[in-house]
Amino acid sequence: MKLPKLPAPPLPSALKPPPKGPGEREKTGPAHEVKDAGIAAVDWVDERTSLSGGLRWAMFRKVPKGTNWFYTLGSATLFAFLSQAVTGVFLAMYYDPSATRAYESARHITNEVFLGEFVRGMHKWGSTLMVILIFLHMARVFFFGAYKYPRELNWVIGVALLILTMAMSFTGYLLPFDQRSYWATIVGVNINGTGPLVGPFLSDFLRGGAEFGATTLSRFYAIHMLLIPGLIAALIGAHLYLVAKLGTTAPPWLKSEPAEELHTERV
Amino acid sequence: MAERPREPKSKYTADRDIAGAFEGETVTRRRFMTLTTHGAGAVAVAAFALPALGFAAGTAIFERPKASWEPIGPTGDFPSDSYVPRVVTEVTGVGEVGKTTVYVRARNAEIDGPPDPEIDTNFVAISTRCMHLGCPVRYVDAAKRFICPCHGGVYDFRAAVAGGPPVRPLDRFYTRVRGGQVEIGPRYSVNSEFDRHPKYRDPGQPLDGIGQYLYPGRFSTPLLNSQ
Repeated sequence: MKLPKLPAPPLPSALKPPPKGPGEREKTGPAHEVKDAGIAAVDWVDERTSLSGGLRWAMFRKVPKGTNWFYTLGSATLFAFLSQAVTGVFLAMYYDPSATRAYESARHITNEVFLGEFVRGMHKWGSTLMVILIFLHMARVFFFGAYKYPRELNWVIGVALLILTMAMSFTGYLLPFDQRSYWATIVGVNINGTGPLVGPFLSDFLRGGAEFGATTLSRFYAIHMLLIPGLIAALIGAHLYLVAKLGTTAPPWLKSEPAEELHTERV
Repeated sequence: MAERPREPKSKYTADRDIAGAFEGETVTRRRFMTLTTHGAGAVAVAAFALPALGFAAGTAIFERPKASWEPIGPTGDFPSDSYVPRVVTEVTGVGEVGKTTVYVRARNAEIDGPPDPEIDTNFVAISTRCMHLGCPVRYVDAAKRFICPCHGGVYDFRAAVAGGPPVRPLDRFYTRVRGGQVEIGPRYSVNSEFDRHPKYRDPGQPLDGIGQYLYPGRFSTPLLNSQ
């Protein structure tokens, strides 16, 4: 069965394949067979999933005139998150979340594992970078007025992502389990406990009991490793879906131009 | 064209020309099946979500550990005009993290007033947990004050707030004497009148006036079985 061909994506002219010349024969040879096999494999998947339509919808969007480098801050934040996810997964291969072994395993990563200091440094400094990028992205959206109708929900999702990132920073801070981590967590949990009525119980939940103990560290580790990353990934999906669906805004200094056909009508 | 107000539908399916409707039936079968499916889904989700939540929160919030008593030295070690630091284990099994410093002195009737009849009050054991946000305070004998390094909390000799952000006097520990040894038990909190609150509060939670109701005592207070 031959499927109808989808319209070609709007490629720049330099990338478009040249049209076949008169009398030119169909190219053959091993290179072209490999190319055809690749196309056939992609076609096989696409015939069963219609993924290309969705990809085209997401990737080949029209962007407004005046789009500039400030619009890359969201992607920068996304890549900071991906970097945190990848380095975090690999740090977990060496890290031991027990109260008596955590500090030693973190020291082992830094001092003995090949590239350990580098990967741990990427995770540590990357977390700071991610928070900075989030605030720059948020400032861009705010000053460009990109939170206005119909994009309010995307702003709300963004705020939820900001809060989750802060929770990641808080739970991750304990994991090296040195003096700074320990006392920062004590203070942080006690700040949380000053919330009226529910605060004391929330503190017990965070600590895993009335006192900072063996379960506190594994609890923070599970929240840091499993609970929040899943939530963040899901919300980033929703955030990006809304960006693709609603499109981006023009910068506020651009005046709106009437469409071409309206120009002629006016004459 | 203005729409005429519709006649209200009958609640009986038989009156609404639904094929195969029973006499007196009010819920359509489609609606019944929809509700049943949603209900079954809710039961299935609750069946794993509720135990998981209870598992995560239950022990943490509701478990009451047993009080442990730890000897810290003979009764003669502790003067009544200064504090002696002692290290006790608050949480077992976590190494250094579970230890805390306690400042201990003998009870001094001139400073401490009449004894609390309910508890053994021959010794005063002061917790080093600052009541601002939980940093460790240090007793400075020259000033007869407890001083916190984090945000400048200062407490006087009785451990009442003398300055800075702390919201109540330092917590205390129950003490008792067994075989000539002073023993340290669980902690309790006091308000600015030194009224005892056996369900001790975390730092940052005031116990005066409305504070004692805004920050209720937790269930996780250790069981004081023998006194």
